[in-house]
Amino acid sequence: MTVGQLIKSFTLWEFVKAHWLTLKYFFKPKATINYPFEKNPLSPRFRGEHALRRYPNGEERCIACKLCEAICPAQAITIEAAPRDDGSRRTTRYDIDMTKCIYCGFCQEACPVDAIVEGPNLEYATETREELLYDKAKLLANGDKWERAIAANLEADAPYR
Amino acid sequence: MIQTIAFYLFAVLTIASAAATILSRNPVHSVLFLILAFFNAAGLMVLTGAEFIAMLLVIVYVGAVAVLFLFVVMMLDIDFAELRAGFVKNFPLGMLVAVVLLAEMVLGIGAYKAGALDLGTPDGTAATPAGASNVEAIGGLMYSRYLFLFEAAGLILLVAMVGAIVLTHRQRSGTRGQKISKQNARRPDEATVNVKPEVGKGVSL
Amino acid sequence: MTGFFQNLGMSYEWAWFVSTICGILLIALPLMLAVAMIIYVDRKIWASMALRRGPNVVGPFGLLQSFADGLKVFLQETIVPSAANKGLFLIAPIVTFTLALLSWAVIPFNSGAILADINIGLLYILAISSLGVYGTIMAGWASNSKYPFFSAMRASAQMISYEVSIGFILICVVLWAGTFNINDIVWAQKGHVFGIINGFVANPLLFPMWVMFLISSLAETQRAPFDLTEAESELVAGYQTEYSSMAFAAYWLGEYANVLLMCALNATLFWGGWLPPLDIPVLYLVPGFVWFLLKVFFFFFVFSWIKATVPRYRYDQLMRLGWKVFLPVSLLFVVIVSGYLMATGHFQ
Repeated sequence: MTVGQLIKSFTLWEFVKAHWLTLKYFFKPKATINYPFEKNPLSPRFRGEHALRRYPNGEERCIACKLCEAICPAQAITIEAAPRDDGSRRTTRYDIDMTKCIYCGFCQEACPVDAIVEGPNLEYATETREELLYDKAKLLANGDKWERAIAANLEADAPYR
Repeated sequence: MIQTIAFYLFAVLTIASAAATILSRNPVHSVLFLILAFFNAAGLMVLTGAEFIAMLLVIVYVGAVAVLFLFVVMMLDIDFAELRAGFVKNFPLGMLVAVVLLAEMVLGIGAYKAGALDLGTPDGTAATPAGASNVEAIGGLMYSRYLFLFEAAGLILLVAMVGAIVLTHRQRSGTRGQKISKQNARRPDEATVNVKPEVGKGVSL
Repeated sequence: MTGFFQNLGMSYEWAWFVSTICGILLIALPLMLAVAMIIYVDRKIWASMALRRGPNVVGPFGLLQSFADGLKVFLQETIVPSAANKGLFLIAPIVTFTLALLSWAVIPFNSGAILADINIGLLYILAISSLGVYGTIMAGWASNSKYPFFSAMRASAQMISYEVSIGFILICVVLWAGTFNINDIVWAQKGHVFGIINGFVANPLLFPMWVMFLISSLAETQRAPFDLTEAESELVAGYQTEYSSMAFAAYWLGEYANVLLMCALNATLFWGGWLPPLDIPVLYLVPGFVWFLLKVFFFFFVFSWIKATVPRYRYDQLMRLGWKVFLPVSLLFVVIVSGYLMATGHFQ
């Protein structure tokens, strides 16, 4: 051990250096954002809460082909279908168990009519488990609520598909 | 008034916790009651004006000795049934000790009634100097009149410490202990080496 | 204050009694408030050094975070494990909390502003801090659970070890000040170096003692980097693992009250307490307790700063530091300091 090292270890030089570093960091701008009030930008491909979309005339897009139900790896989707009064094939039941869903996005990939999509919403925590068992009404309501954001995202992503 | 209340509070608590020390069945409770007794004894000493001794009692006995007691007792796995099995066998011995203690107490109280011993020397050096605090008075005595005894006590403690270390310390061969000074002295440039081996040739360490 | 109550027509004894109770409340209540705020400050400092924001939602700038946490803890259920030793389990946090408050009786907030101006103040603090082990060890044993027990063993061994070197460091201070009375120790620091700098810390012989005292006080209060009593990666949460609700809060408050006490001791014993840093008449215009609180806060910042910087020690390293480094060095300094004082005729 040289004299220099001896002096360094007795003056706790490495501790002093480390504390100087953390003091500099103390005055640096924060790396984190003020979350509930500030938010990070999301990719148009972000896969958040599910929604069932409608056509601009108000007709629901889903034709009950059950491709999403078939491809869902977590088997979170349950669909029952029947002909409507006007003879078109529609779902009578469209449930997604959000506690099972793994947000892989296969359902929106499989959908031939862009009916089921994963929207940009990620803040839908609930107080009870039951509230996470979504039914058709909830999904359609989501679609109505997020339609503009979803349409914009689909359009932004369209050139790459 | 307040002194009287404080005295009876400390005295009653001391006796009660001392009784609880020998009466409680759980040894850990016993030690904790012993600590309470020490603490209240320190309170009594403060009341008599011996605050230095009181603080030393708390620091040394409560802060260090009793903790070691507590450590040992907590680690022990005591079987109470086995402990009580020897009661009849040891009863005569216990009674003997109790009788001796009783005789000593009677003798002590009798001697006290007859008048206390005069502990001071004829020239009165042992008397507490007026105006000096407890700490100064004790320090003055320890480092002048009782210097030799004080240092002898220190030496005995030192010998005891060295003896304990000699008895328990042993050099073990074949172990790889940590040498912290060596680790601290190590620098990156002597710990790592940067080589650029040719293709197909290894690196010898 | 006793005189004030005597003027109200009380006898001396009652006036003394009432004024002491008032004094205790006057120290304990602001102290509890300070502890709540200091927890918030601790989290903020720690977050800032990690480039985070820290609590910022409850109240303006998150100032009410500690009270929200306190309320949450208060509303919880007190769970006593079925195998625990119930009495000891519940007494332990009370012991810790009480002992954390007891030492404040001899801390001077200003010249003479001290609850108990006793001439063995420093010994009293040592005695109370040596009692602090019991709150921990009782909790660990009474929980009847492995990790709390390990943690209690660690904590008590650690506190006893560092108390030894703290004792020797304090002897150096006492030798120089010539008294155990904390108020007089502060007075002894007036114009200590060159007749102008207040505080033992500027003294080259006592500066290393202060550094060691700072490190030992970290170990004594089980703050990082010596927080291996609650090393969450090894011992769940240490001796308070089994505690919930108010019992847990009592540990929490006690721990931070102890940290504040150690900050106050650093300020009083080495940095001149309620004296201004320099012995200049202008600086005495600022009241003493402002200087004292500023110094305490500065040391609390240092404590948080260290917590944000240094990784946790290993247990054997901690013991080595205490017994093989601090104990010999502080013993050596007792000899050096007393030798210097004898040689320069300090005691005449």
